[in-house]
Amino acid sequence: MSTLTATPGQTIGPFFHYALPFDGDRELVAPGTPGAVLLHGTVTDGAGAPLQDALVEIWQADPAGVVPQRTGSMRRDGHTFTGFGRSSTDITGRYTFTTLEPGSVDGGLPFFGVTVFARGLLNRLFTRAYLPLDGAEPDALLTSVGDRAGTLVVERDEHGLRFDVRLQGEGETVFLTYPGHS
Amino acid sequence: MTPQPETQAVIDAEIAATAHAYEQAGVEETQPRVDYAPYRSSLLRHPTKDPHHADPEGIELWAPCFGERDIDPLEADLTIQRGGEPQGEKMLVTGRVVDGDGRPVRRQLVEIWQANAGGRYIHKRDQHPAPLDPSFTGVGRCLTDDDGTYSFTTIKPGPYPWRNHLNAWRPAHIHFSLFGTDFTQRMITQMYFPGDPLFALDPIYQSIVDPKARERLVSTYDHDLSVPEVLMGYRWDIVLTGSHRTPLEEEDHQ
Ligand SMILES: [Fe+3]
Repeated sequence: MSTLTATPGQTIGPFFHYALPFDGDRELVAPGTPGAVLLHGTVTDGAGAPLQDALVEIWQADPAGVVPQRTGSMRRDGHTFTGFGRSSTDITGRYTFTTLEPGSVDGGLPFFGVTVFARGLLNRLFTRAYLPLDGAEPDALLTSVGDRAGTLVVERDEHGLRFDVRLQGEGETVFLTYPGHS
Repeated sequence: MTPQPETQAVIDAEIAATAHAYEQAGVEETQPRVDYAPYRSSLLRHPTKDPHHADPEGIELWAPCFGERDIDPLEADLTIQRGGEPQGEKMLVTGRVVDGDGRPVRRQLVEIWQANAGGRYIHKRDQHPAPLDPSFTGVGRCLTDDDGTYSFTTIKPGPYPWRNHLNAWRPAHIHFSLFGTDFTQRMITQMYFPGDPLFALDPIYQSIVDPKARERLVSTYDHDLSVPEVLMGYRWDIVLTGSHRTPLEEEDHQ
């Protein structure tokens, strides 16, 4: 039971690019690593226009479903999988990560935890990017969101895994709130 | 013909109308509204559907770890990064990061970025003609200690103009990025300075429609933190949401 009220969030603003990105931020594994996959997508607004000033973060299990608890995301050593990645969007609104497909944690469907920040977005947004179900039964969350569940599942394309984020309007991504959030 | 930018009075009226409706509703809000029209950039960038309730599971019950390997302790001092002394009012900003149950968030990453004393960012898209300071980058990082305390030495940022409306100025602020012990605690916010005359005029600050909630973003001047003849001290504590793991699970993991 929470006793303290959380500090309010605020927009990331337009000027984070010289502060938050770091070398290797979007390469959870080096390109060419066995099993490496590209997770990518575009962040768009309510008019379908791409956001050039969004920041997407992912947090994920390793392929065996183990939650990494290792340091080194900001100074990658080339072999430690830390499970954390950060990618600012480019001029076309696109973000990219080179990573490994997450495994199932405690029997749940595998997914990437995703956080989205942007100029114009007054608070961060959480969502999940599930791996393609490939015949698996949807879990409780996917079932509960009904016909919007597709916005939470990545698609396999010629580059790897595609997960677009639509902040508003047609195909608006399902964003999540957790107990304790207000 | 390009439309005339709107005046501060137009924005003020919208801020006041929303504040009035909030008072009438009588339901406490503690976070900013994402749908807050006076901040014009939010119009097309806020979700229109309510967020969906999820119980955290798997990876969401944990947070990424950062350590000595990630951060150089010198990154917490923004006044030494370029060799020379930056222009402006030198300050210490420190505080504790705790979760909703008051437990310290230990050994976790805090990142900050800010304008220089003249209100200018080292960012290619910052059009404010105030001078850059060759001795100041405005970027800092540190890890909280075992008590959840973070600490940065920096200079007080200046207010700066932006183009939300005619004569729009942001109150002086430092951007803060925070991680908790759970993924669900991840947040980014801004710290302000006491008594700023721009508070009432700023749609980003006012997007937190509850006055008590807004004040949680305002640091306090702490004379005991000031160092004679060196710097001014400010204190600002941060509360993340509650952790979903039990203390037992945390012990198991250490
Ligand atoms: Fe700013």
